[in-house]
Amino acid sequence: MANFFTDNPDLLFHLQHPLMKKIVALKERDFADKDKFDYAPLDFEDAMDSYEKVLEIVGEICGDIVAPNAEGVDAAGPQIVNNEVVYAPGTQENLDALVKAGLMGITLPRKYEGLNFPIVPYIMAADIVSRADAGFVNIWGLQDCAETINEFADEDQKARFLPRISNGETAAMDLTEPDAGSDLQAVQLKATLNEKDGKWYLNGVKRFITNGDGHVSLVLARSEEGTSDGRGLSMFIYDRNHKAVTIRRIENKMGIKGSPTCELVFKNAPAELVGDRKLGLIKYVMALMNGARLGIGAQSVGLSEAAYREAVAYADERKQFGKAIVQFPAVYEMLANMKAKLDASRTLLYETSRYVDVYKTYMHIAEERSLTKEERADMKYYQRLADFFTPLLKGMTSEYCNQLAYDSLQIHGGSGFMKDYPIERIYRDARITTIYEGTTQLQVVAAIRGVTTGAYLARIREFEEMFIKPELHGFRRILIGMTEEYEKAVKQVVEIKDNEYLDFHARRLVEMAGHIIMGYLLLLDTERDDRFRSSTEVYLRYGRAENKARAAYIAEFSIDDLGFFKP
Amino acid sequence: MGLKIIVLAKQVPDTRNVGKDAMKADGTVNRAALAAIFNPEDLNALEQALRLKDKYKDSTVTLLTMGPGRAADIIREGLFRGADNGFLLTDRAFAGSDTLATSYALACAIRKIADYDLIIAGRQAIDGDTAQVGPQVAEKLHLPQVTYAEEVLKVEKGKITIKRRLERGVETVETPLPSVITVNSSAPPCRPRAAKLLMKYKHALTISERHAKAEDYIDLSADRPYLNIQEWSVNDVETDAKWLGLSGSPTKVKSIENVVFQAKEAKVLTTSDADVEGLVKELMANHTIG
Repeated sequence: MANFFTDNPDLLFHLQHPLMKKIVALKERDFADKDKFDYAPLDFEDAMDSYEKVLEIVGEICGDIVAPNAEGVDAAGPQIVNNEVVYAPGTQENLDALVKAGLMGITLPRKYEGLNFPIVPYIMAADIVSRADAGFVNIWGLQDCAETINEFADEDQKARFLPRISNGETAAMDLTEPDAGSDLQAVQLKATLNEKDGKWYLNGVKRFITNGDGHVSLVLARSEEGTSDGRGLSMFIYDRNHKAVTIRRIENKMGIKGSPTCELVFKNAPAELVGDRKLGLIKYVMALMNGARLGIGAQSVGLSEAAYREAVAYADERKQFGKAIVQFPAVYEMLANMKAKLDASRTLLYETSRYVDVYKTYMHIAEERSLTKEERADMKYYQRLADFFTPLLKGMTSEYCNQLAYDSLQIHGGSGFMKDYPIERIYRDARITTIYEGTTQLQVVAAIRGVTTGAYLARIREFEEMFIKPELHGFRRILIGMTEEYEKAVKQVVEIKDNEYLDFHARRLVEMAGHIIMGYLLLLDTERDDRFRSSTEVYLRYGRAENKARAAYIAEFSIDDLGFFKP
Repeated sequence: MGLKIIVLAKQVPDTRNVGKDAMKADGTVNRAALAAIFNPEDLNALEQALRLKDKYKDSTVTLLTMGPGRAADIIREGLFRGADNGFLLTDRAFAGSDTLATSYALACAIRKIADYDLIIAGRQAIDGDTAQVGPQVAEKLHLPQVTYAEEVLKVEKGKITIKRRLERGVETVETPLPSVITVNSSAPPCRPRAAKLLMKYKHALTISERHAKAEDYIDLSADRPYLNIQEWSVNDVETDAKWLGLSGSPTKVKSIENVVFQAKEAKVLTTSDADVEGLVKELMANHTIG
C-alpha cells in the first residue's frame, strides 16, 4: 500500500513550478484537443490535475508492484528462450501493470494514442520508477525512442509505429558495436538498399543493446558504402516481427540485472530508413541521446532517493553504543550531505526537463505553422539552455547517485555488504549511470563548451537577478562569491589557449559551474518553499569548499605540470 | 454475445492499517481516522467482471454501491479501471442497515436496473466480515449463487463455469445465468487505474456532488452524459420502508468491548523442555489454547 509519488512531496513541488503554465499552454496548443478527445484537458488546472492523478497511478504501481519485485528480478534476470528474450517474472508483471495503466506513450500526441504529457511529468514518472527498480526503468523508459520517431520519421511511419508503442510495445536503441562505443562514428553495421524491392537490409553485429529484443528498434547503420566516419551513417527502424535478428547472448552484468543487455546479429534484416540518409548520427542519434541522457538523470535521481531512504531508515533503527547511529556526527553529516545532493540533483533534473519541454514543443508547433519571430527566439533560448544543461545534469547526477549509494552502504556497515538489504543492489545498479549514454568524461566534453562560451555564466547571472526575499540574501552572497572565483578559474585556464590544458581542467570547471547552478536552483526552491532551506545551507557549504579546492588546484597549476601526468 | 454484469461494491474504512485511534471511546469505528477505500474483495470481483468484458465483446460492467455521498468515489474508481457506469444508492432511510436491510435495498435497486446477466460481489467486506450480503441478494432475487469464486472460466449457452477456492481444494461448478457470484481474495488482484480512463472520468459526479461545487465550476455533463453518476434515493427505488435501515435490521449491537493488550512486557524463554512445557501449561491455564 505504498505510493512512491504521494509519499514524496518534493515531486509535487517540482511538478508545480511556475514555468509549467507556459509549458502546458504550448503543449496543449491552447487546449485544442478538448473537444476531440475525451481525456484531453480543458484548461491549465485540469491538465495539472491530470498529471498529478496519473503520477499517483505510477506511484501506486511502483510502491505496490515494482519495488517489491526488485529483489526477485535482480536474482532471476532475463533469459533467452528460442531466440527471444524472456524477462524475469517480476519484470513482466511490472510491465503488464504499467501497460494496463496506459503509461507507455506518455509524451506522444493523442492522435498516436499517447497521453500528450510534457517531458516534466514523464521524467517524474521515470524518477519514481527508478526509485522502485533502476533496472526496470530501462525497459519502460525506452519509450523515449518513440519521441525520436515522432520527431524525425515520416507520417506513415509514425502512424504505423507510434500507436504500437502507446499500447504497450517496447523499444530499443541499437547504437553500440564491439568497436564503436564512445566513438559511434566507427559504426560498421551495414545497411544495403536492394534495388529490386527498394527496401533496406541490415547486416552486422550490435553489442550492449538494452532491451535488444524490443518490438521496435532504432538502428544506427552505415548506409553509404566506402565511408568511414559519422557522415556515412543513417537511422533505421527494425520491426521485431521480421524475425531476422539473432540474440547471441545476454550480458551477465554487475547491476541493473533485470534489464536485458543483448548482443544482436542482424542477418538480412529488413528495415526502414528514418528521415534522411547520412543524418543518422549527426542529427538523429544526437537527439535520441539527449533524450536518453535526461532519462539517466531521472534514473540517477530515483536511485539517489532510494539510497537516501535506505540510509535514513537504517541509521534510525541501528543502535550502537546505546543510541541510534543517526545521533553520531559522522553519520548525520553524511545523511545531511546526501539529502543536499539528492535535492540538488532533483532540482537540476526538473529545470533541465522544463528547458527541453519548451524547445521541443516549439519544434513540433513549427511543423504545424511557422513560428513568430519572438517564438523562434524563445525556442533558441531554451534549446541552448537544454543543450548545455543536459550533459551537466547527466554528469553531475550520475556521479552523485554513486556517491549516495556508496555513503548509504557505508552507513549500513557490514550489513550493507550483505545481500540482506536493498542497498547492496542499489549500489550495483547505480554504477552504470556514470558510464552508459556517454561516460561522465564525455559529458564533460559536451559541457565544457557551456563554460568556454559563457552559457553557464549567462544563466548564473540571470539567476542572480531573480527576486529573492531579503532573509535569503546571505545565500546569494555566497553564490556571487563562488561565481567570481569560477570566472577567475575559467580565465586562468582559457587564457593559456591550449586545448589539452583546457581538456585537463575541464571537469573541474564544469563541476564548479554545476555547484553554482545547483546552489541557485536550491535557493530558488527555498524561495518557493522553506523546506529546502537546510539542503541549501548544507549544499552551499559543500559546493563552496569543493569549488575552493578546484580553484586552488587550477591556480597552482601551469601547463608544464601536465608532464607529470602524461603516460 | 455481450454480458450485462453488475458489480456490488462497498466503501469501507481501511481496517488493515489500524492505529491507536481506530476506535472511539464509545467503541464505534472512528471513520475520520481511517481512510475510506474500495473493499478489497470487491476489487477482486470487479477484476473478474472486467475480464469477462475483455473476453466477451459488447459486455458492460455496472457498479452498484450503497453508502453516503462520498461513496461515489467507488463508482469513479470502477470507471477508472474499465467499468461502464454505476449507481450510488444513498439516502438517510438506508442508514444503520445491517446485512439483511442492505441486501434488501441492493436487491430492490437491482430489480430497477432489471436488465442483467450476472451479479458479482466480493466475498465479504473488511469492516464487518459477514459474507452475508452477496448470498442474501441472491436469495431475495431468487437467483442461483456461487460463493468462494476464484475464477470465471467461461460463459457459454447461458451457463457460467466457475472455479471455487475452498478450504481443502478447488471445485469447478456450472450454473445457469443470471446468477450471483461472490469472489475470494485469492482471485487475481484488480488491474490498476488506466491513465486515459482516469482523465476521461475524473469529472464524473453525482448530482449532489455537482450541486456542492463552487459557482465557477465547469459543468460538462450536458455534453458528456457519461459524466453523470446516477444517484438513487429511497424514492427512486421501489421499497417497503419496514425492511429498510434500522427498522429492517434485526441485528442489534448489545455491547462493544475494546481489546486492550494487558501484558506489555516480553518474556524470554529458552528452548529447554522445561520452558516449553511451562509455556504450554500457562497458555492452557488462561484458555489461549486447549
